[in-house]
This record gives sequence, C-alpha cells and structure tokens, in this order.
Amino acid sequence: MAGENGALRQGGGTLDANVARHLLVTMWRIRAFEERLEPLKRSSTVHGLTHLSIGQEAVAAGVCTQLGNDEIVYSNHRAHGHALAKGVDMGRLLAELMGRADGCCRGLGGSMHVVDVAHGFFGATGVVGGNLPFAVGAAFASRLRGDSAVVVVFFGDGAAQAGIFAESVNLASLWQVPVVFVCENNGFAEFTPRSAHTRVERVSDLAAPFHVTAATVDGNDVVEVHRAFGEVLASASAGKGPFLLECLTHRRSGHYVGDPGGYRVASDDESWRDKDPIGRLVRRGATEGWFGEDAARAIEAAARDEVEAAVAFASASPFPDLTLPADLTYAR
Amino acid sequence: MAHVIPYIAAIQEAIREEMERDERVLYFGQNMATSPDDPFLKQFGPARVRVTPISETAEIGMATGAAMAGFRPVVELYMAEFLLVAADQVVNEGSRFHFMSKGAVTVPMVLVAGYGFTYGWAGQHTGSIYGMFMGVPGLRVAMPSTPADAKGLMTTAIRDDNPVLFFHHYLLALTEGEVPDGEYAVPFGVADVKRSGSDVTVVATGNTVHSALAAAETLAERGVSAEVIDPRTIAPLDVDTILGSVARTGHLVVVDQATRHASAAAVIAAEVAQKGFSSLQAPISLVTALDSSIAYAEPVESFVLPDEHKIVAAVGETLGLAPLPG
Amino acid sequence: MVRTTYAATVAATLAAAMRADERVVVFGEDVALGGPYLTTKGLAEAFGTARVVNTPISEAAICGAAIGAAQSGLRPVVEIMFVDFIGLALDQLVNGAAKAHFMSGGQLRVPMVLRTQGGAGQRGGAQHSQSLESWLVHVPGLKVVMPSSAREVAALLPSAIADDSPVVVVESKTLYFRHEDLPDEGVAPEPLGTARVLRQGRDVTIVATSRMVHEALEAARQLAMRGIDAEVIDPRTLVPLDLATIAASVVRTGRLVVAHEAVCHGGVGAEIAAQVQAACFYDLDAPVVRVGAPFTPVPLSPMLEDAYLPGTAEILDAVDAALD
Repeated sequence: MAGENGALRQGGGTLDANVARHLLVTMWRIRAFEERLEPLKRSSTVHGLTHLSIGQEAVAAGVCTQLGNDEIVYSNHRAHGHALAKGVDMGRLLAELMGRADGCCRGLGGSMHVVDVAHGFFGATGVVGGNLPFAVGAAFASRLRGDSAVVVVFFGDGAAQAGIFAESVNLASLWQVPVVFVCENNGFAEFTPRSAHTRVERVSDLAAPFHVTAATVDGNDVVEVHRAFGEVLASASAGKGPFLLECLTHRRSGHYVGDPGGYRVASDDESWRDKDPIGRLVRRGATEGWFGEDAARAIEAAARDEVEAAVAFASASPFPDLTLPADLTYAR
Repeated sequence: MAHVIPYIAAIQEAIREEMERDERVLYFGQNMATSPDDPFLKQFGPARVRVTPISETAEIGMATGAAMAGFRPVVELYMAEFLLVAADQVVNEGSRFHFMSKGAVTVPMVLVAGYGFTYGWAGQHTGSIYGMFMGVPGLRVAMPSTPADAKGLMTTAIRDDNPVLFFHHYLLALTEGEVPDGEYAVPFGVADVKRSGSDVTVVATGNTVHSALAAAETLAERGVSAEVIDPRTIAPLDVDTILGSVARTGHLVVVDQATRHASAAAVIAAEVAQKGFSSLQAPISLVTALDSSIAYAEPVESFVLPDEHKIVAAVGETLGLAPLPG
Repeated sequence: MVRTTYAATVAATLAAAMRADERVVVFGEDVALGGPYLTTKGLAEAFGTARVVNTPISEAAICGAAIGAAQSGLRPVVEIMFVDFIGLALDQLVNGAAKAHFMSGGQLRVPMVLRTQGGAGQRGGAQHSQSLESWLVHVPGLKVVMPSSAREVAALLPSAIADDSPVVVVESKTLYFRHEDLPDEGVAPEPLGTARVLRQGRDVTIVATSRMVHEALEAARQLAMRGIDAEVIDPRTLVPLDLATIAASVVRTGRLVVAHEAVCHGGVGAEIAAQVQAACFYDLDAPVVRVGAPFTPVPLSPMLEDAYLPGTAEILDAVDAALD
C-alpha cells in the first residue's frame, strides 16, 4: 500500500474511488494496528509508553497519503498513525515497539521515537512541541536545495502552549519556508482537557499575528482533511510560504495505554463516537458509490490480517545486539 | 509514631502538611488537579492549587515571581527531562536573584520532577539529569530513596529559602515504607548510612540505594562487609560522612543511574580522591549508566543501566577479590 | 607569520568551510551583521543571506532549525550568542540533537556545530559570564570543544564542521581579541579528541582549558624560576577526552592539577580527576588538585569579579598543594 503514497495527491480536486479506498485502507490499518497494540502492551509484549490515536486516523490518512518519500514528516509522541500512513512497514513498526532488532530503529527508539528515513518519516518525539523547529530547519534545507519539497510537522493543541510553538511559527514565517504545521486539536493536553490549559479554542487563531495562512477543518472527516491538505500542499509546494492546518478531532483513548482517564467526560466521548472517521467514510463511500459495505468489511479484514502478520514477524525478530549503544551514540 | 505509606504518598503528605501549616505554600503544575475530586483542590481550593498548560518556561518563571513576592510555590514538572525545556529559568533566573540582589530577595520554590523510570520509556523520558544542576551555584538538589526521606526532604525543601530541585524516582513511587507521623524534616547536606560495614564504602543515590543494599546483602553472604551511604542531597553534598567511612574501609564504589561522564558520581569520586587520598587503598570505582542514550529494547536498556550485579562485581574488583559471580 | 585574533580566525575558518562545502550554512542572532564579537564578520557579504541567516531571539528554534536542517543534509553552524543562553535551547540540544542518531538506530545524522562563548572577566554579571560546559559534557551524543587560542580554532573548528555528530564549540570572550601569530601556510585541521602538550615538564602535570591554558603557561614560567618543571596540557576537546595523553603525563610526574574557569564543584575537573585517579591510582604521589571558581554566581562588581576569577595565583597554590 505504501507505494501508492504521493501518487494519490489530488491537488484539492474531488476524490475518486481509488483515493477514497486508499484512505479507508489507511485508516483501517491504523485502527487495527492500534487496537491490537492495547493487549500487546497490557501483556508487556510491547513495553514502554504507548500513545494511541484511535479516533484521529483521518488526519494521518488525509495528510500523509498525499506525500512522497522525499517529503519529510515530523511527528509527535502519538505517531503510529502518521508512520503507517507515511509508508512505514507495519511489521518493522511493530518490531520497533517490541524492542526487536528488525524494528525500524533497531529497537532503540520505541513508540515515542519511530523514525524511517527511507519513507521520509523523520520521527516522533517524546517532548511536546519538540519537533516543531526541526521541520522549519528541514524546510529551510529544501528551499536552499531549490527543490521546495514540503515538510509537514504534526502537533497537538497542548503543544501550542509551549514557547517553542511561537518561536517556530515566527521563524517559518520570517524565512518563508515550505512547512505545513498540522495541528491535531484533539481536546486534551496529555491528561488535561483543553478548557483547563488554554482559553484559545482554535489553534488556527494563533497563526494570523505571524502572517501565516491558517485554516480549521473537521479532522474526523477524512475527505475534508484530504481536500484541505491538498490545497495547502499545492500552495506550499509553489513556494507560497508556511501554512497551518488545524484538524478538529478527538482522542478516544487515554493519553497512554493504561491511563485511568479520570479527567474525561463520558458524554463527550459518546458524542465523538458517532463522528468516528472510519464509520463516516464507510457511509459516505456507499452514498458516493466509492465502495459498498462488503468492500469496506473486506478492507477491515485485510487490515486485521496484516496486523497479525506483523505480530508474527515482530515476534520472530531477535532482540538487538548489546554493542549498539557503543556503536550508535556518535555517528561514524 | 509512624505509619506505612508509599513513597509517592509520602511526598504528597509533606506537601499537604506544609500547605496546612503555611498558607504561602502554593502547588501547581502539569496534569494535576484536573478533576474536582482532586484532594488538594478540595482541601486548599483553586487559588492555591491549579493545573498549568505544557509551558515549563512559564511555570517555572511564574513560580520564581511568586516566590520573590513572598509565596512558596511547589511546581509539579512531571518528568525531569522537561526541565531542559526551561533550563534557562532554572539556572539564570531562579537561582540567581538572591545573589544578584545582594540577598534582598529570596526564591523559596520547589521544582518537583520524576526521573529514571525505565521499562522502555526510552531516550527522552528516562533522563537522570540531576547532575547537571548540582554544579549550579544557588540551587539545591534532593533525591530521596525511601518514603521517610521523601517526606522529610520535601518538608525541608518547602521551608528552604532557596530554589530546590526535588527529584523523585518513578520506580520507587509505589514502594512502601515507614514514615514518621506529623511534622518531619530531614536536613539538607546530611548523608544517611543505610547499612554499616567495614570493608568497602558504597555511595548510592536514589533508586540505586536499593540496588546497593541488595548487593551488600549478597556480599555479606560472601564475607564482605559493605557500608551503604545515601547522600540524600547532592547539593549540598555531605562529603564528610563519605570521607569518614572511606577512612575506615579504604575502598569506595560510587553508584548512580546517570550517565558517567561529568556525573554526580564523578564529582563524589573527585572529592574523595582529593580529600581522602591517603585513606584510599584502591582506585574509586564508578557504577553508572553507560555513556549512551537509554535504549528502548529491554536487553539493551538493562545492559546500559547499573544494577545489583554490576555493583557486586565492582566491589569485588576494588577489593581485589576473585571474580564474584553476580 | 600572520598576525590575527581568535575572533578573526573564527570568521576566517567559517568562511573557508563555507567556500569548501556549500552545505555549510550559518544561523544565529545578528550573524549576518558579523555578531557582537565579529566572529561572523564578512560572511553575509561573501556568501549571501540565504546561507548566513539572521534569526530572531529564539534560541530553542535556532537550535531546532539547525537540527532539522542537519537531518536534511545541510551542515549548519549556529551561534548562541552567550553560553548563558544555552538553557533556552537545552531541550533541543539534549533531547533532539544528541539522541537522534541513537534513537533512530543510526538512520538520522545531525552534523551541526553550535558555537557559543563563555567566560567571565568582562563585567558581564551573573547571566553573561558563565562557564557551563560541564552540562554539555554530561550528555552522551554531544561532542564538546573548547579552543584556547586562534591556532586551536583553526585546527579544530574545521574538524567540528566535518563531524557527523553534533558538536558544541565553546569559545572564550576573554580571548577573542588576543593577538596571535599564525603560520603563513595556515593551520591544518586536527582531529577532535586529541590533547596538546604545550609545555613539557617532569614535576607536575597541569591540565587546563580555554583561558586557563594561558594562566597555566604563566604559572609554569614562574614555577620554572623556582626550579619546578611543570607540564601543561590542553585537552582541547572535553568530549571525546584524550585521557591517554593526560595519563601518560601523570605516570611520569605523579602529580596532577586540573584548572578551569567554571565552578570547581560539579565542573569538568571532577570528571578528569575521577578518570585519572582510576587510570593512574598507583602512579599518583599526591591527590589530584582542582582549580576552579568558587561556588557562587559570577559577581558584577570589578573587585569581586577579579577575586572570583581563578588564575595563575590559584594554579600556583594548587601546584604547591600537589607538591606538598
């Protein structure tokens, strides 16, 4: 599936059945992978801190499937969806989360530090907002090279409260580099509801003072995310400067696997369940004639099969060699 | 009288008791007091207890200002490595004002951060970075290893007129232990001898105190008597207690979870190498994390970190014993 | 010989690196204007503002942008104007630059140089005079260079720029305008991790960094008049540290003094002392003595600052203690 990325860029046009199908496949692969992670984490097959993005798949799918391998994505701590949508192999991703030698980072990084350079996935980070300036620097590099390859960085509403957000958006605007800041405004900063960490409802409102063009879209409507990001991508590729795209969504899972979630409001979770991005695309697909219910079920089944194959692949992989710390602390 | 509670509860108990005793004590930080049922929020109200955004720089800066204005803020920073986001506030602002104002203002604040959780928390959440702050004049650095010390050091931290970095170890959070009832303060700069011994001195910090005690137990079965010392605060550092012990044992092993190079362990070794030169019968041995990032994969993580077996081996080597199997 | 200064040598070395490799770019506050110490003088004129880029006062973003640019194939040299401000970029440097290669299993490289300068003696007060290198030395993944002269800048800065790991170069504001003669043919690059023996001696080894190298050489001159023959070693890079050269000297002299301008407590001297006592325990005839600043912030008042600063007198006292 990964090979199709980039080729599916539509430049803001309407969706055809092929693209719609790829979006559904991508969202199901993310959903099936993360649903399977939960028991793997609880049995300690996957260890460490594991942050899920269940309910937010439309953003990863709508954005990353339009990017080629030479277009870099920086992600945050909630990275599995971005990685899979960007083309990272599911088996190698799971092997990484299980700390195995065949993991994309040879088992040294784990969930919070997934990197796959070959697919232009330059990495998750465990520090909220920490990757924002990396994207500005990477976009500076692409402009200096003259290829204007767009760089995308994902962040959440929590990161907008960190000083590095303002520093990075300001620098991107000043330098007019081809970076797209994609905000997944999911209602929570770690364990803190948005109402308790900021009075700014829309992160896109923060862009105007920096003269950065921004838009807010329904982040649970993958068709809308795909359309909006396609437009932004075309503009950024044409050298029209940095952009900020805010996707309103909802984190249906806890901050991490095992989070008791005492801070959540049940009615909110309920109302967002109806807006689940997968269900919406399946319904829309039937209306538009993109795919029928049987086809959608087959896509889900294929995704779950792929996850099982990934579990088998990762489980068979050995643990990494103990010489790695000495070999990889410094580049050679 | 004493009661048995977990380490993390002992920290909370000290904060609660100090908040009851002194209304100038404030408590704020990330991911706390987000529910109306939060016990601190219920008892002390939102004026003194509140959640903050993920804005470390502003949190610490605000605490510095509140402290200069006469309050005694306790700031929950969640993870030690997030202090790096706001290191300028910690080092250039909070720690400097007392000196720069010729003592006219004080900055009585406590920055609380967890460190050292491993089990796959990988490169950016496991950092044992306390050593970076021990070399900053004006800061105090506490790192308790037991529930009683956790309570006692937190009480002292809140009462201290200087900025204090209070590092609790995440792996100790649920460890239970006896804690004195009521007001209980452990003075800064006073090491605690956790186990007496005569053959070798083992200085250990935080969670590694327990690894050192386990190692001492193993060593005792082999006829080696190890003394285990917990400095409890690394700034100020009680060098005298360590020197007194080394004067008797002639051998020193320093254990610390941080990476080795330029670590607290190196400072302790240098101090003893200089002031205890004539007591030492063998080189000081350091058992620390290896100089790399903390790996995610469990076997590599264990390989990088210090543990009981590595301490036993280091003691054996220092004493010139035949290799002791871990 | 060519008469030059430390600061001018920084600018000339950067210019040579930019000429030789178009991937080298320079970011920082006021760098296109030459910077307050003229260490980037002439670069913008020679290479244009696409490669010599002024930034806002945003240390974290400057450092982060350099990391991203380095991960994308450039070789950025960024300037944090005073090492005192490095706290503003420390998360980027420690959690970003230093760990990326390791955490990615070797996929990402961060070939960046962060130039900054430290040191007291210029009446800068407690927030513009510090020596904070021991923080950086404690971070696996970073390399740390402290050039003590124009010659060392010329020898080491090219190696730092050519290195595929992040390197922090801590320059000295006190030394920036010190005059120095460099050979007409220039100074060839020398590898990081090699100490330099500046004076050979039999009686005591003095390891000194940055400005204190010059104080140590002066102390050695005065000691020679008293018949004491001191060996002076400049480690030049603190990570990697050339322990072999230091240890070989201590094996001969049996005595070691370590001198730096940072506070003694928690300073790099403790690391060097810890390594030497382990490597040379049976060769040491006396305790390793450390010279550093007292454990206070740097005072502003000239008299207090002069009293605060360690120098030749403190090194002489330390040598006396080591010989006692």
